[in-house]
Amino acid sequence: MDIETAGGGALLVVLVMALVTLATRWGGVYVMAFVPINYRVKQFIQAMSGSVLVALLTPMVINGDSGARLALITTAGVMLLVKKPLPAIVSGVTVAALSRYLV
Amino acid sequence: MTHRHTELHHVSRPLVWSGFKQLAPISVLVTAFGVAFGLAAAQTGLHDSTIMMMSALVFAGAAQFAALELWGAQIPLLTMIITVFAINARHLLMGATLYPWLRHQPPLKRYGMMLVASDANWAMSMQEFSRGKPGLGLLFGGGIALWLFWVLGTWLGMHFGNAINDPKSFGLDMVMGCFFLALIVGGEKDVRMLFIWVVAAASSSLAYWYLPDNSHVIVGALAGGIVGTVWGGEQDSGH
Repeated sequence: MDIETAGGGALLVVLVMALVTLATRWGGVYVMAFVPINYRVKQFIQAMSGSVLVALLTPMVINGDSGARLALITTAGVMLLVKKPLPAIVSGVTVAALSRYLV
Repeated sequence: MTHRHTELHHVSRPLVWSGFKQLAPISVLVTAFGVAFGLAAAQTGLHDSTIMMMSALVFAGAAQFAALELWGAQIPLLTMIITVFAINARHLLMGATLYPWLRHQPPLKRYGMMLVASDANWAMSMQEFSRGKPGLGLLFGGGIALWLFWVLGTWLGMHFGNAINDPKSFGLDMVMGCFFLALIVGGEKDVRMLFIWVVAAASSSLAYWYLPDNSHVIVGALAGGIVGTVWGGEQDSGH
């Protein structure tokens, strides 16, 4: 089902997002009161929350220009070296800007 | 001062305030991410009120960035719900790990404190518990600090964002992608995780090429999740 963002649609989407997020914040505590979350479920949740980020990146890699790809490579490299997200992101964005300016 | 043993699930005004102050050093980082989000959201074309409302009510960076990816004149609601759920599913684990202490609280406090649960304050409160100190003040007070700076950052970024004409030339279209990648690379790294990522990337690419629009997010998340369940890792590692 598609929602038009014109009119009140955007607000509705934000409210739905807020409710889904609230369900994740409350759900773990609520469920634990009845049955402990088991090992398999834990494994699934951990693997899924990383995979969704990978999936979101996919089109950026497929459709991205060389600036975009260089930015991602830089971010990964800096993150591996420095292990801090902010410098990794800033370097990635800077490389994208530079490569687009130079090419 | 009494020598009365402090219960670990204890929470009080001074503990909440101290939690607020302990998260303050991270607030610079959170504000910076907020700026990045406000900027990206303004560039995506969201109205100011929608942007502020999203940061205030959703209060989950990665999910909010992902929402921008799906944003347009029309938004696929089901895909949005599944994406936000998949990204925020880690909150379920946070709640589960905090349960041993939260269960001593009345429901109103228990769920009230979880309103602001996020990565940084959860990690710090778990650390506090492991040191034998009460950690719920950190969870709640720290969470309030994170929320305030996230909303403040969003507001700042939104105003910058509206002033920049050609965001692509500044590389600003890559803030989201670099943020996601930093989260992925910053997480657990072993052969199992690498395999999960490869499966997620391959399946979402296939879905992107051959399946309907936006299904690549759900396909990648589920495929990775299933692989992670089948390849279970070590059952009795201490985590």
